[in-house]
Amino acid sequence: MREISLHILDIVQNSIAAKADEIGVDVIEDREKDTLTVVIGDNGCGMSAEFLKKVIDPFTTKRTTRKVGLGIPLFKMAAENTGGSLEIQSKEGEGTVVTAVFGLSHIDRQPLGDMAGTMLSLFTAYEDIRFLYKHKIDEKKFFVDTREIKNVLGDISFQAPEVYLWLSEFLKEGEEELNQMEV
Amino acid sequence: MKSLAELEAIRNKAKGSVNLRKDDNAVRIVVGMATCGIAAGAKPVMNALMEEVAKRNLDHVAVTQTGCIGVCRLEPIVEVMVPGEEKVTYVKVDPKKAAEIISEHIVNGRVVTKYTIGAAQ
Ligand SMILES: Nc1ncnc2c1ncn2[C@@H]1O[C@H](COP(=O)(O)OP(=O)(O)OP(=O)(O)O)[C@@H](O)[C@H]1O
Ligand SMILES: [Mg+2]
Repeated sequence: MREISLHILDIVQNSIAAKADEIGVDVIEDREKDTLTVVIGDNGCGMSAEFLKKVIDPFTTKRTTRKVGLGIPLFKMAAENTGGSLEIQSKEGEGTVVTAVFGLSHIDRQPLGDMAGTMLSLFTAYEDIRFLYKHKIDEKKFFVDTREIKNVLGDISFQAPEVYLWLSEFLKEGEEELNQMEV
Repeated sequence: MKSLAELEAIRNKAKGSVNLRKDDNAVRIVVGMATCGIAAGAKPVMNALMEEVAKRNLDHVAVTQTGCIGVCRLEPIVEVMVPGEEKVTYVKVDPKKAAEIISEHIVNGRVVTKYTIGAAQ
């Protein structure tokens, strides 16, 4: 995985597999603390404490019959390579919150990558899920709640051509504006 | 800045067009989006497919994602399901091939054989 946005896309797929219908994605860049924090929260099926341990450290834990994945360990490694960390809180039947902290200016930090395209592919492929996306750089913020968009659209699909193109521009503009830093 | 008011105008224009997700006659394009697929470049492929569909105004096409399709070394994998026809599986797709799949297979109805799983094996 070469970009943090791709890890995010991957971790969100876990929330979708866990049957979440509300998923929050926060990307918080704090130049003073020199951190880039990613928080992915969902209201999916959650995990038991015992299972969670295996998920975070599949290589140090005794292998079970259950398949162990790569998504979370890769994300954890990417964060730890920058002096950061990954933490997961989860409760069966309630949901899961994955928090990864990266060293913002660390030389080994992967670029954030294409957040606009990442969120676009999620919004349009999973219309029935409410996504709450927040990208913050210091005090500047770009926030999208897909429920607001859905309320405007009614039963028109996010994939209707004009709607898709609007969403694509909307996300690109939001990200661009956020990245235009005051001199 | 794009506004929700603008979206409302689009909505009013699009009213009457079908909601693809509930339409059994839609062409379905499915992209494998498990860790292996994403690492191999499935995200730009997904974006390219959707953008091409939107730009060509193909409102009978639904692009969706799925988990692991099971052949990691051939990712990114794209499946095309046209109602009444056999499923076609494209492998090692990139954004350029994705655009070609839309113009050839979806628009012109000609399977792009050289990118199919059969050609790769
Ligand atoms: N948000 C979540 N809610 C519930 N269970 C989860 C969540 N995230 C992960 N899990 C559990 O942890 C397991 C491991 O996740 P991980 O992303 O590391 O691998 P995976 O999704 O199984 O496979 P892949 O390598 O394709 O990502 C999942 O299979 C799932 O059982
Ligand atoms: Mg996963």
